[in-house]
Amino acid sequence: MSAETLEMLADVGKGKSTRSVLRVIILALIAGASVASRLFSVILDPWFNFRATKYLVANGFYNFWDWFDDRTWHPLGRVTGGTLYPGLMVTSGAIWHALRAFTIPVDIRNVCVLLAPAFSGLTAIAAYLLTNEMTTYNSAGLLAALFMGIAPGYISRSVAGSYDNEAIAIFLLVFTFYLWIKALKQGSMLWGAFCALFYGYMVASWGGYAFITCLLPLHAFVLILMGRYSTRLYVSYTTWYALGTLASMQIPFVGFLPVKTSEHMPALGIFGFLQLLAFLDYVRSAIPSRQFQTFLWIFAGGIFVLSLAALVIATSAGIIAPWSGRFYSLWDTGYAKIHIPIIASVSEHQPTAWPAFFFDLNLLIFVFPVGVYLCFQELADEHVFIIVYAVFGSYFAGVMVRLMLTLTPVVCVAGAIAISTILNNYLVAKTPTEDQQAAEAAEKKGSKSGLKSTNKPVVGIYGLWSKILMVGAMAIYLLIFVMHCTWVTSNAYSSPSVVLASRMPDGSQHIIDDYREAYQWLRQNTKEDAKIMSWWDYGYQIGGMADRPTLVDNNTWNNTHIATVGKAMSSREEVSYPIMRQHEVDYVLVVFGGLLGYSGDDINKFLWMVRIAEGIWPDEVSERSFFTPRGEYRVDGEATETMKNSLMYKMSYYNFNNLFPPGQAVDRMRQARLPEVGPSLSTLEEAFTSENWIIRIYKVKDLDNVGRDHISATAFEKGLKKKKATKKRGSRVLRVD
Amino acid sequence: MAQKRNNANRGVSPNPKTATTTSSSTTTPPLPPTPNPAAPIPGSSRPTSSHSATTTSAKTSASAPVAQTWDKVVSNLTTHYQKSTPQRTKLLDAFMAFLVVVGVLQFVYCVLAGNYPFNAFLSGFSATVGQFVLTASLRIQTTEANKKDFPAVSPERAFADYVVCSLILHFFCVNFIN
Repeated sequence: MSAETLEMLADVGKGKSTRSVLRVIILALIAGASVASRLFSVILDPWFNFRATKYLVANGFYNFWDWFDDRTWHPLGRVTGGTLYPGLMVTSGAIWHALRAFTIPVDIRNVCVLLAPAFSGLTAIAAYLLTNEMTTYNSAGLLAALFMGIAPGYISRSVAGSYDNEAIAIFLLVFTFYLWIKALKQGSMLWGAFCALFYGYMVASWGGYAFITCLLPLHAFVLILMGRYSTRLYVSYTTWYALGTLASMQIPFVGFLPVKTSEHMPALGIFGFLQLLAFLDYVRSAIPSRQFQTFLWIFAGGIFVLSLAALVIATSAGIIAPWSGRFYSLWDTGYAKIHIPIIASVSEHQPTAWPAFFFDLNLLIFVFPVGVYLCFQELADEHVFIIVYAVFGSYFAGVMVRLMLTLTPVVCVAGAIAISTILNNYLVAKTPTEDQQAAEAAEKKGSKSGLKSTNKPVVGIYGLWSKILMVGAMAIYLLIFVMHCTWVTSNAYSSPSVVLASRMPDGSQHIIDDYREAYQWLRQNTKEDAKIMSWWDYGYQIGGMADRPTLVDNNTWNNTHIATVGKAMSSREEVSYPIMRQHEVDYVLVVFGGLLGYSGDDINKFLWMVRIAEGIWPDEVSERSFFTPRGEYRVDGEATETMKNSLMYKMSYYNFNNLFPPGQAVDRMRQARLPEVGPSLSTLEEAFTSENWIIRIYKVKDLDNVGRDHISATAFEKGLKKKKATKKRGSRVLRVD
Repeated sequence: MAQKRNNANRGVSPNPKTATTTSSSTTTPPLPPTPNPAAPIPGSSRPTSSHSATTTSAKTSASAPVAQTWDKVVSNLTTHYQKSTPQRTKLLDAFMAFLVVVGVLQFVYCVLAGNYPFNAFLSGFSATVGQFVLTASLRIQTTEANKKDFPAVSPERAFADYVVCSLILHFFCVNFIN
């Protein structure tokens, strides 16, 4: 009985049609698994995108395009339609409309939450297709799909509810590459046009489209240098470039950039170069080679000189903008820190730490070089692509944490190629006999021509034990990989930034929900149009969850505006107050982790605010004065006067020492004992402090009734009721759930 | 393509006048063969062999045979083109030449009269460039000699692709023109 079923099972995999059915089923299961593994926790994160989508669904596409948002970047406002990548919102809006057309009533919020997992399923399928173009082993494609589906490097940006541009962009990235390979292999205009369309979609979705814009020309260039120019390359590349550039210019935010900035110039250069090559190719076929030589030198030399002159003139005349700062920061990791602190201040833009590679890719990071090596062995056009992508992806992933995301697909593809090659070699059950070997060897000797590598004897693995050992080891590695991915997903990447989870001494989980508590307070206790000033990290959350206008948010490109906030935070009260009055600020929000030991608070980010402000007002703000003479960044009694008098310091530690017995106030984050007398505030008053003191909100006082300045007014009041003021706060009892 | 050829002609046209005065045809044969071995790879071989060409002979004598062979090259090219190109392909070439003329006109206008509606200029110019490129692709795919490069693309398929791509191109251009 059991033998029969086994035989039946073995037969199932043999027919060609059953195999393809099995493949489809496995692929569907992988897509399902990649969706399911992203559902550990669901909290909608970038609120701005969600707000924009709601606006799109409520007001229609054209209004969305012209949307002027007066609730962000106060007092400037934001021309939202022209300053965002609309791909994400339009996608979810379209899905929502489609579902409604099928009479499936679904809330737009659900669409937004589940968009990232759904697209990760599609990414898995795209990875399958891309890998199938590389190798003849079908198992490689399935493995690549599996890796893509569960690799933590990708999961980090696509858990349910992380409604960000990357959610759809990675699918588009992989699929565009697939279409490019397809176009290149067939030399077909149609595939090139598809590639251009998806490239346009990618441009509409994510700023990282520049990666494609640089990688495809680079691939073409490497192919040309290798002497592999072909008419197929001409057809596919020029079709992609002509259509893709036009498609990318349709997005208002991109606009004329493709013809004006240097990032896009390599693509244009290769485009022109290919025209020349095509022409030369034609001429070569038309005339004898000796004459072609002279033709080539005159022609190519003339063109080269002309184009070089044109480039120099255009750059010096300012027609083509020089490389933008963000681009420089990719080459020199120290560049951003010196010249553009605003970019360096984002944690995602920091260079990647080594353990992060292992954390995000685990087993794959080891087999990745093997896969690249195997690509070198075959070295067709598409393998060159993988090699070029691997080199550049690794470099950029090393420069910026955020770009780990673009490396992940190629690691999955190369890793899948490597592992499937290993498995295919070791899983072949039958051993070639001695006779066959001898015959083959004789055949090989007879035809001893061509490359050395083709003359290698066929090496097979004959021993059963070595097969079992190897396959077993691979299986265990893969299992560990899956376990690692599950662990990472459930622990590291599923905790949204809004809700913090911590462990109690007894091991139970404790949820710290201060952010939402504070935003809820803002929503219920402040005026509808009360302006909130905070550092830009919290701009989107305040805009989305508290529905209040903010001065700066996560997407503010106006450096001066951010620097203004930085200056207000880092200056003395007398300086900050006029700034806040000018910007009609009603409340100031700071994040303080001193009580809980929460590292992502504003005091830790404070130096960035100082640096950014110093970039605009070097005379008024100086980073040096925030350090002690010994060069330390301190918050305790030895902190500098500038530090102690800065608005941020005062707001963070205001009343903090009342929590402790006199003289024993300790900042748990920085392990610093605070001075006995805490800072005093005269132009602000405390409005709200959350349960664990993570969020503190201050109200900006109105001008004094009797015309005094705020300091003397506070001093006067303190003189009258000193005792009451200290009593009021007393020792605060934490709420117990 | 036609335009490029004209460009090249224009660029080198001063040469014959200067060259004919100092012609010494005896040195012609040994010169061209030197760069020959590197012929199949045009991109990479350029700098080295040009260097060798200039060093082996004096510059004055070098320009003369170059000019002469250049004339021969051009005449060879035109005869080859007229003999071996099918009528349909010539039609395509005429269209491409027309596109080049239109593109150059637009560009000259942009340089002389300013690029104020930059959208309009860009979409007009890229329409000509894109159409040129697509037509060149169609020409390549339908040429008999290139058949082995495109096993998947029959001439009919190539034309269908061409129509689809042109439609996409012009949709974008019209959308962008404002």
